[in-house]
Amino acid sequence: MGLQGIGAAVPRKEDRRFTTGAGRYTDDMVVQGMRHAAFVRSPHAHATIKGIDTSAAEGMPGVVGVLTGAQLKEDGIGNLICGWAISSKDGSPMNMGEWSPLAVGKVRYVGDAVVVVVAETRAQARDAAEAVMIDYEELPVVVDAVEALKDGAPQVHENAPGNLIYDWEIGERDATDAAIAGAAHVTKMKIRNNRLVPNAMEPRAALAKYDKAEDHYTLWTTSQNPHVARLVLSAFYNVAPENKLRVIAPDVGGGFGSKIYIYPEEIVCLWASKRTGVPVKWVADRTESFLTDAHGRDHVTEVEMAFDAENRILGLKVDTIANLGAYMSLFSSAVPTYLYATLLSGQYVIPAIHANVRTVYTNTAPVDAYRGAGRPEATYLLERLMETAARELGVSPAELRRKNFIREFPYQTPVIMCYDAGDYEASLDAAMKAADWDGFPARKAEAASRGKLRGIGMSCYIEACGIAPSAAVGALGAGVGLWESAEVRVNAVGTVEVLTGSHSHGQGHETTFAQLVSDRFSIPLDQVNIVHGDTDKVQMGMGTYGSRSGAVGMSAIAKALDKVETKAKKIAAHLLEADEGDIVIEDGHCKVAGTDKQVPWFQVALAAYTAHNLPDGMEPGLKEGAFYDPSNFTFPAGCYICEVEVDPETGKTEVIQFVASDDFGNIINPLIVEGQVHGGIAQGIGQALLEDTAYDASGQLLTASYMDYAMPRAADLPSFQVSNTVTPCPSNPLGIKGCGEAGAIGSPPALINAVTDAIGVRDITMPASPRRVWETLNAKA
Amino acid sequence: MYETNYHRPSTVEEAVALLSANPDAKPLAGGQTLIPTMKQRLAAPSDLVDLRHIEALRGIKLEGRRIIIGAATTHAEVAGSEALQSACPGLASLAAHIGDPHVRHMGTLGGSVANNDPAADYPSAMLALDATIHTSTRDIKADDYFTGLFETALDEGEIIVAVSFEAPEKAAYAKFANPASLYAMAGVFVARHGAGVRVAVTGAGSDGVFRQGDMEAALSANWSPAALDSVTVSADDLMDDLHASAAYRASLIKTMAKRAVAAA
Ligand SMILES: Cc1cc2nc3c(=O)[nH]c(=O)nc-3n(C[C@H](O)[C@H](O)[C@H](O)COP(=O)(O)OP(=O)(O)OC[C@H]3O[C@@H](n4cnc5c(N)ncnc54)[C@H](O)[C@@H]3O)c2cc1C
Repeated sequence: MGLQGIGAAVPRKEDRRFTTGAGRYTDDMVVQGMRHAAFVRSPHAHATIKGIDTSAAEGMPGVVGVLTGAQLKEDGIGNLICGWAISSKDGSPMNMGEWSPLAVGKVRYVGDAVVVVVAETRAQARDAAEAVMIDYEELPVVVDAVEALKDGAPQVHENAPGNLIYDWEIGERDATDAAIAGAAHVTKMKIRNNRLVPNAMEPRAALAKYDKAEDHYTLWTTSQNPHVARLVLSAFYNVAPENKLRVIAPDVGGGFGSKIYIYPEEIVCLWASKRTGVPVKWVADRTESFLTDAHGRDHVTEVEMAFDAENRILGLKVDTIANLGAYMSLFSSAVPTYLYATLLSGQYVIPAIHANVRTVYTNTAPVDAYRGAGRPEATYLLERLMETAARELGVSPAELRRKNFIREFPYQTPVIMCYDAGDYEASLDAAMKAADWDGFPARKAEAASRGKLRGIGMSCYIEACGIAPSAAVGALGAGVGLWESAEVRVNAVGTVEVLTGSHSHGQGHETTFAQLVSDRFSIPLDQVNIVHGDTDKVQMGMGTYGSRSGAVGMSAIAKALDKVETKAKKIAAHLLEADEGDIVIEDGHCKVAGTDKQVPWFQVALAAYTAHNLPDGMEPGLKEGAFYDPSNFTFPAGCYICEVEVDPETGKTEVIQFVASDDFGNIINPLIVEGQVHGGIAQGIGQALLEDTAYDASGQLLTASYMDYAMPRAADLPSFQVSNTVTPCPSNPLGIKGCGEAGAIGSPPALINAVTDAIGVRDITMPASPRRVWETLNAKA
Repeated sequence: MYETNYHRPSTVEEAVALLSANPDAKPLAGGQTLIPTMKQRLAAPSDLVDLRHIEALRGIKLEGRRIIIGAATTHAEVAGSEALQSACPGLASLAAHIGDPHVRHMGTLGGSVANNDPAADYPSAMLALDATIHTSTRDIKADDYFTGLFETALDEGEIIVAVSFEAPEKAAYAKFANPASLYAMAGVFVARHGAGVRVAVTGAGSDGVFRQGDMEAALSANWSPAALDSVTVSADDLMDDLHASAAYRASLIKTMAKRAVAAA
């Protein structure tokens, strides 16, 4: 490793831009003649639209257009789709209801877009939006997924009878039932995974420009995957063919999954820019973000885990109901199935697993992937069960886990996944040591002397990243392949541009990706530029989510680098009259190993472009591209231990210590990895202790602002103790597994295990808010 | 935000004249409540009369035992005032825990007292300190001033100029913050003045800030946290919402009151 190469803790190149306010976000983009959009949204969770009167709005100052769903249909714009087909266990396809970008006939959740107003200023657009008169007839509402499945529940979509989208299963039902029937001990729980609002710092935004002369559209938007946006906008929404549509995702201020999907607003802005003849910009305000960004989680699960007399796990049976909200968002169907149930083996040998998942429509915001996506739900289930089982069986939580760890790899689970490498005990040992697990009783006693209830909890998580082999996900119903692309362009003076299909919205790609190049060609980081987020520059890519940019995106770059390196070495060998196999690249030079013969890197690049003296038959230039399709998921895993103190008088929980021991395989930049883990744990603490998304019975979002939605603040977090163990990932050339989501996946159960330990109860529903903890303590007393 | 006209008077008289000339005008202080409300289009004043540049509304004065605080004094100024830190540290500490640094450097005591948010901190201090609210037209005792949720005795166009109170013998504030907003979910200000003790509760009452008579009696007899053990706080007339039930608030009131007494 060099000072800036693989493994170096290089500070992020992009941070100067971000911390000095010089980032360029979608709302910073200004084009000639630009106008502003405001959406008229449904104030009702469920209603029939009896009439829309736009006449008053049309006459308001500055108004350029007031457009409805009927006009959108006239122009042939398509409905939004879910891109992952899941079938029910009886073989029937999922029941996908219609989602028109502007509602036609019916609205199905508070925030559903009905009309768009385009005006000269944002304020004028909003004024006119208030003047649009919509006549609604309210319909009965259902917000809870369990209620939605009951007989007589209000029907959200005509073609999803009983609000059931699909009734899916995985694993062996009979074997699992038999395991439970023959078990020495069965631990049963009913677990709710609370709904979360993503809350990216930058709200969603879009600027759409239609160029009449070229019959061509440009869309600047807050996307984690601009190429997928272009693909879906052209292939399904009928906005424009791909060659007539350029999508640019400039700096994006956080996504956490919520900016993977295509939303109505981008489609409408594109369409409206042609229909009204002016470029159209829309920027969500925070209320719109709360109401309409795809939410996360929202599961209710009944689960049983069976043990033999030696405390070995025999089987796991899971019955989950997942709330997908009012419409099926782009990848919503995959989250509670292939991103969830395939991880139900955790770190353990479980001979028989069966999971049944029913997804349902309700009159709430759509639910899709949010940092971790399915894997936090699986981890929460398993790690709450392991803790509870350990208490019931009277063994220590660490011993129960040790007894059941998978120790031989590759390991084929009963739920599709084949784990390639790991050492779960190493993480557990490291975490217990760092947490001084054995010293806990003394700390508990000391806390008691101050009137505080101290508790400790652990969580041993596994997740699947890098999604994933294209053929495998295709066979499971994915509408897209999940490879990544890269192009490495060496300029004539030896500096480098890397074009990647990954997209950075906080992950630090401009630094880590450059480190790969710096390492390979022995050139300084500032001679490498990372280009991403523009469909006119990067040919194709699948974007950033599921911690895939390292394992998949960087592997594509490594593959392209291999090709460039091979060619560069050929040129150097030719210039140095040496054998290609003897060339090494170091200290900014191509050298003949073991001699003092060398040529500077930039001269090799220059030679490629002057083409005056190249090996016979070699094409000029030094530029190569690669597509990398992973051979497997990657499996980051680790152990988290946290200690909390509860104030029994107020119910307030303070996180005193949080230890993370993660195995992310090889690490490119430890500083960035640590930052990712910190952010993930903060979100996990948010989910476990603070964040809840509450709708009232009429479908109004009660937590629609920071006055009521509790985000974690710095004061809610301890100083994290983060460390790594390493088993290199055998499935990709860099040996890396991915680190973007682990913190959010592994932490909630550790927290709730600690809280329940502190207050001496079997279970508490997340978030363990002061109110809930106080009420739980009171109910106990 | 709807369009509005901005005015910057430099005297109280000018401000009052601007307000009476425009019936839909509103005073603007730190803007920490008013501006977000306008941004959400929930308020639409035709005119904003900025009070922050009126010298007479600023500053903290000590006249003997009497403390006078100008309405446009920011929370940060109250928190950082040496005079207050010695004469009434409980109030300085209250101000130091309002919102976040941005809010404390913009928000004002007068704005908070005028707004009378049922979860705001200052109203409890005003009641417990037996303060007087000095306005552009009259003096109002705190007991007569806070009249309900976001309701006060202020008339249209009347502005708060200052508040004043006798330095208490002992006083302190304990607040249990709403985990989302960090406003009070139960905040208790206790103050001992000679023979009498006043206890005021914010964040909890369904009619806004109120005095807790049983606690006042118990503490007048015995100024100690233990004196509150025998007091039963009724959950009747307490707010019940997403973050706290009335019963939970009742329990928090007692806990916060004890902690306030211990800290005083
Ligand atoms: C993020 C955040 C967190 C906060 N947390 C807390 C908290 O923990 N505790 C708490 O108590 N408060 C909190 N606040 C509110 C804050 O203290 C405000 O400063 C206060 O509510 C209003 O004061 P202001 O000076 O900003 O008034 P403005 O917002 O300018 O005005 C508020 C109202 O009072 C009127 N007004 C202002 N001054 C006068 C006057 N002199 N005479 C008559 N009428 C007047 C205005 O017309 C308006 O109706 C928070 C605010 C924010 C934004």
